[in-house]
Amino acid sequence: MLKKLLLLVVTGFFLASCAATNTQQGGDVDAASSSTSSGSDSSITAGTQEDLIVNVGDRVFFEFDSSELTVDAQATLDAQAAWLMQYADTNITIEGHADERGTREYNLALGDKRAFAVYSYLAQAGIDTNRMEYISWGKERPEVVGSDETAYSQNRRGVTTVTN
Amino acid sequence: MTFAPRFSPDSKSVVMSFSDSKTANSEIYSMDLNTRSITRLTNDSGIDTSPSYSPDGEKIVFNSDRSGSPQLYIMDKDGSNIKRISKGKGVYGNPVWSPRGDLIAFVKNRKPNFYIGVMDTNGDNERIIVQDFALESPAWSPNGRYLIFYRQQKSNLDGTGGETTIHFIDITGYNERIIPTPRDGSDPAWSPLL
Repeated sequence: MLKKLLLLVVTGFFLASCAATNTQQGGDVDAASSSTSSGSDSSITAGTQEDLIVNVGDRVFFEFDSSELTVDAQATLDAQAAWLMQYADTNITIEGHADERGTREYNLALGDKRAFAVYSYLAQAGIDTNRMEYISWGKERPEVVGSDETAYSQNRRGVTTVTN
Repeated sequence: MTFAPRFSPDSKSVVMSFSDSKTANSEIYSMDLNTRSITRLTNDSGIDTSPSYSPDGEKIVFNSDRSGSPQLYIMDKDGSNIKRISKGKGVYGNPVWSPRGDLIAFVKNRKPNFYIGVMDTNGDNERIIVQDFALESPAWSPNGRYLIFYRQQKSNLDGTGGETTIHFIDITGYNERIIPTPRDGSDPAWSPLL
């Protein structure tokens, strides 16, 4: 009887089973055929996601239920803006994420505001908006698995991803 | 981005959240499904989402952080007469209007737990039905006597835990049963009566 009344949307549970995403892109690079960032690991190709991660920082973090950029976040985005100015051929997507302590729908909206905060800051810093897109993943793609503040603080983030 | 869609009780329109890419501000809109005409219902810098129609289609309950934290509000179907109804401590979300029209089910987060409860449509007589580490997505039975929802267990750094299960409960808070699913289950929805 109960089964007849219920239409269950059953999903494989992806939050817990999703291992922490490895955002390190690429791998070994032929140093002879690649330029490198100054003063950095010579195996890293300049202007790539790996370069951004290692030498600039690809992400900023947010306080609980906030889309305001902290002082640390603004410093990271200043560095990202300078990097994007240097590598003017790169385009990026900015991802906004939330921790798991909120409803799916609210967190989609919150992730959207976080991504837009990063997008707007970079735009004001002079980055052409034609080079940038932004998207919200809400709480659907945590970086760190775990149900404590350590994990949550790393999941409340805006991530800049090089798309070309 | 469009998200959080819900049919009106007469199935002639849909209410949803729409976030303009120029502002990333989520507002609630309704769409007439025959004409595809769209009406903006909210206009506020806060997040407005999770709309749910009353069974007569005249009102909408929704989630907004316009006061500084996520709370529950009701408005007329044209967006007028917005009133906050949630009054308790904590933050609220995911409101769902009962098919009988008498109650609104909701999710509430007050550290460290989540709660699913019901309140009168003016926010009075809030009553918690179930609490746990993580609860979400209450959905009403067509007769307005039961809710289904899902629980999520804590997850661990090694990737274990985090299981989700679907549960059924009487709105008195008694007679909770797990609804067996082949794997983890989440985000249940109840079909209308045939």
